Amino acid sequence: MTSERRRTLAGEILEATGINAATCYQCGKCSAGCPMASESALRPHAIMRLVMQDRRERALTDESIWLCLTCETCSARCPNDCDPARVIDAVRELSIETGVADIPRTISAFHKAFLEQIRSNGRLHEFGMVMDYKLRSGELMKDVTSAPGMLTRGKLSFRAERIEAVDEIKRIFEKCGVTP
Amino acid sequence: MSRIGVFICHCGENIARTVDVEAVAEALKDHPGVAFATGYKYMCSDPGQTLVRQAIAEHDLTGVVVAACSPHMHERTFRRACDQAGLNKYMCEMANIREHCSWIHEDRGEATEKAIDIARTIVEKVKHNQPLESIRIPVTKRALVIGGGIAGIQAALDIADGGHEVILVEKEASIGGHMSQLSETFPTLDCSQCILTPRMVEAYQHPNITLHTWSEVESVDGYIGNFTVKIRKKARSVNEDLCNGCGDCQAACPAKKIPSEFEAGLGKRTAISVPFPQAVPNIPVLDRQNCTLFKGRRKGLAKDACGKCKEACLKGAIDYDAEDTFVEKQVGAIVVAVGFKLYDIGREQPEGLKGYGEYGYGEVPDVIDGLQFERLASASGPTAGAILRPSDGTEPKTVVFVHCVGSRDPEKGIKYCSKICCMYNAKHAMLYKHKVHDGRAVAFYMDIRAAGKGYDEFSRRAIEEDGAEYVRGRVSRIFRDGDKVRVWGYDTLNGEQVVIDADMVVLATAMRPQDGVRELAQKLSVSTDEHGFINEAHPKLRPVETNTAGVFVAGACQAPRDIPESVAMASASAAKVMSLFSADELEREPAVAIVNENTCIGCMRCELVCPYGAIEQREICTVDGQVCGHVAYVNPGVCQGCGTCQAVCLSKSVELQTFTDEQVYSEINALCAWE
Amino acid sequence: MSDVTVTAREARHALTDIAYYPGCSLHGTSREFDESLRAVAAELGIGITEIRDWSCCGASSGHTTDHLLGVALPARNLALAEAQGYDTVLAPCAACYNRLSAARLAIATEDGLAERIPDVIGRGFGNTVQVRNAVELLRDAAVTVEEKAAASLTPNPLEGVKLAAYYGCLLVRPAEVCGYDDPEQPTSMDEVISACGADAVDWNMKVECCGGAFSVTRTSSVVRLGRAIIDDARAHGAEAIVVACPLCHSNLDLRQKAMVARGEEPLPILFVTQVVGLAVGLTPESLGLERHFVDTEPLIARLVEQAGARDAEERRVKQEAAAKAAERAARQKKGSS
Repeated sequence: MTSERRRTLAGEILEATGINAATCYQCGKCSAGCPMASESALRPHAIMRLVMQDRRERALTDESIWLCLTCETCSARCPNDCDPARVIDAVRELSIETGVADIPRTISAFHKAFLEQIRSNGRLHEFGMVMDYKLRSGELMKDVTSAPGMLTRGKLSFRAERIEAVDEIKRIFEKCGVTP
Repeated sequence: MSRIGVFICHCGENIARTVDVEAVAEALKDHPGVAFATGYKYMCSDPGQTLVRQAIAEHDLTGVVVAACSPHMHERTFRRACDQAGLNKYMCEMANIREHCSWIHEDRGEATEKAIDIARTIVEKVKHNQPLESIRIPVTKRALVIGGGIAGIQAALDIADGGHEVILVEKEASIGGHMSQLSETFPTLDCSQCILTPRMVEAYQHPNITLHTWSEVESVDGYIGNFTVKIRKKARSVNEDLCNGCGDCQAACPAKKIPSEFEAGLGKRTAISVPFPQAVPNIPVLDRQNCTLFKGRRKGLAKDACGKCKEACLKGAIDYDAEDTFVEKQVGAIVVAVGFKLYDIGREQPEGLKGYGEYGYGEVPDVIDGLQFERLASASGPTAGAILRPSDGTEPKTVVFVHCVGSRDPEKGIKYCSKICCMYNAKHAMLYKHKVHDGRAVAFYMDIRAAGKGYDEFSRRAIEEDGAEYVRGRVSRIFRDGDKVRVWGYDTLNGEQVVIDADMVVLATAMRPQDGVRELAQKLSVSTDEHGFINEAHPKLRPVETNTAGVFVAGACQAPRDIPESVAMASASAAKVMSLFSADELEREPAVAIVNENTCIGCMRCELVCPYGAIEQREICTVDGQVCGHVAYVNPGVCQGCGTCQAVCLSKSVELQTFTDEQVYSEINALCAWE
Repeated sequence: MSDVTVTAREARHALTDIAYYPGCSLHGTSREFDESLRAVAAELGIGITEIRDWSCCGASSGHTTDHLLGVALPARNLALAEAQGYDTVLAPCAACYNRLSAARLAIATEDGLAERIPDVIGRGFGNTVQVRNAVELLRDAAVTVEEKAAASLTPNPLEGVKLAAYYGCLLVRPAEVCGYDDPEQPTSMDEVISACGADAVDWNMKVECCGGAFSVTRTSSVVRLGRAIIDDARAHGAEAIVVACPLCHSNLDLRQKAMVARGEEPLPILFVTQVVGLAVGLTPESLGLERHFVDTEPLIARLVEQAGARDAEERRVKQEAAAKAAERAARQKKGSS
């Protein structure tokens, strides 16, 4: 790949994922079946087009990429094997790396809370995570009504399960350069 | 003593820019055996050829070397010039100093050295050339056309009208092909059968055409001008000479519920039937798989379980004991026109293809394909031309037409565009709107491909005059919802998801090669592409020839195409056939292998490796006629000059003329001597 | 296609010593999936042992934010299974199954990843352990399930019951990662349901997303998507929906109240392992059926009663027929003497 190509968004995505965005012929089949299309400004085919056109700012800063459910329906049905789900993964990664991500507050809080739980305990302590999520997102009353139900059904434990080799997990996070 | 003339071409700037042509000429002048050497701007031009002819006369040349482009380009040209000057044309060779030298190198000094080497090498070869004569083979002026659709019928008619015999072989019970299943054809909306059946009848009645329906090609041997074909006439159980097409057998047949292939599964037929009323010939076929009598026989019943058709037949034409018969014929040319079949979206798929699970794998009753829609729209179809839902027979008020089902879909295994679907979808939308005035027609498309004469105007008519709604976007899912068919599509121009609760969905499925085409191609020694379409000899300039001399191709079996193109190709193939038949003898290049019977030990390794089956055993006898052994014999008509036999011969007894061992070694020695 | 998916689909391993990767949800909000799985495994003779010191696979938060993290976290667990001597891992949670399988494929096919991963996870990794999910396992054991159901002392409460098999996304997509079933019209869970004697209904939302990870962060999306699923299952006559994913379960169970209209009967959501457990005669308590938000008690009570009544009827008919036959025999004997 020429250095010029690498500098384009399409080039970066190609390098990261091996996917050539130009194979997308904008048929719209992905967006037709996307469960989040009705809630997103940018649908999967539009994100592919922005990548192809090197519209870096639009693609990386729109919140649409964070509304993706990673349900893989788009990639399953794409006639050209363009794997839009993977491309959207890569666009998200790039948007975090370059610090321009516009993640909806709840979703950002969730990912951070989730990852922080794993980093410190090795396993997800759901109760702990939800607490952390509420603090980060400000949704203090979220699911408060379900809590008693969860408790009586034995689904909520107040104690975290911490694995023995939790240092290994911390190390993995370091090696990947991820700080939740 | 050799007196060879060497002509080095400038080829304008093509060669002269990189190779110092005059230097090459100077170097060759001194080469032993060279009587004359010169350079010239354009050897292939008229003055260039005149130069060759004059030099042959003036210098009494025994051989000619033209150092220029590839022999593929102009070997024929220069050989003709030599022939005109009285020098045997096989004493002329070309030295390729363009594709093999000037086009691939940049250093002038080195390129010139190389050009000199190349020219010298060929000069050494020519010293060992022999004056050869073209091989002449007789031509049988009878053609075989495989496939009785519109392309096959057209080719047969053209050749027959040209005064030659034609054998037309069709595997179904009637000729007509898929065109006979269509209701109306684009862009004129002519009734398909109305324009087709006159041709069908003409083909049937033509004195020069012999029709074999319910037949297939069993084997093909031989070579251009001299093919031996064996045709299997499958058992009809009806005597073609006695049957008068009255139809009483069909009326009497008790097995009435067999899904009709002609009606694309939407209608029923009897076990003994003609595929459609206008069938040519109008002689039924007994389907032994579904016939009550034959089912009984397979079970081992003592007494035949039925016999109604035989009873009903006043001509005594029914013969339950008929067997497949064979017809063997000599033909000089073959035209392959076996047509296409449609892609099926079902779960079961051949190697390399996937079905459309997202569209229900073909299990939703009101989701049909284009051919099924044609049958609905046909006045002679299962619904007498009314568009009705297969599930409950009601008239659909919303019909969705989906383009590109299978086509342009590498994920499912088909990359190509099927060419005709945009046009027939527009036609279907129009036909639907003509019949159901208050109906809603919605077409989901990716691009509109309507490039023929009047085609774009036709497809615009569907939108502008007939009110079809065109939505640009592909469909993600199709499924049954209650008694509706729900379609999840997208409008990329508007940027919206589109959900339609349709009454019926018509899928424009891809055109694919016919079943059994790879086996047929093997029999004919022609090649098919990765999909199974028959390969043409050259995509631009030789579209109706194949790589096997004497075998031509026409219609949709070579690639997806519409009727006018298929007809044009058929006539083109016919023209090629008639050109072949215009002479009584065929001239072939003498570049064939010849066996030296004195040294041949009869091991027959050559026979084993010959890809064309050109080698056979020949007995040798003593003076009193006793057979004392055998040697190999190469049939000069079949041999294609590949040289494989020469490579494996243990006793060095078989040699390819124009590439004998002597010639090849002299080139090698020449090249090595100047290293 | 790498050997990953080929062997996952074709190999049939001895079901006696499988590594068990429960994943975080099965130790928390989906305890009943874990409970029912263990109970059913024991009943079917499938030996599972929890991987020692397993860690979270990263679920969606991992791979959506960082590709390497999304591969490394699952890879650690596969490496542990390898080191602990297993060749097969059972990952019942659909997300864990998908992440573990995706990690295997990525490491087998992406340039340089196989070399990098051991350093990132701090362990050697041979990519030899196969990953299977609960549905696949039960489908392969369908014959045993049928046998056990037939041999059960209690009448099968699921006989003829209409159940909707809901696969969701991660059990079947992407096809290169999962590979054991058709991604558009899967049948594995339907086969398990049939093996249990129940009737797997034909319905339209088998593989449509429930909203997955947006359960907490964008509940409105989950309600929208879940409503379509519940409505369609109901429209096709389902008496319950069967799932094999903790998130699908949670979305359709915990959040079902917002999806059904006032006065409408809620639809119980059952784990596939609970369905198998009921068929082979295990008690609802042993299968964690009391832990659901949509009460399963009324449905099960009704089904048990129906099954009991049916069984009693069958026995009565048999008794009658036997009595009649005895009578006939006695009369004949009298007649001949």
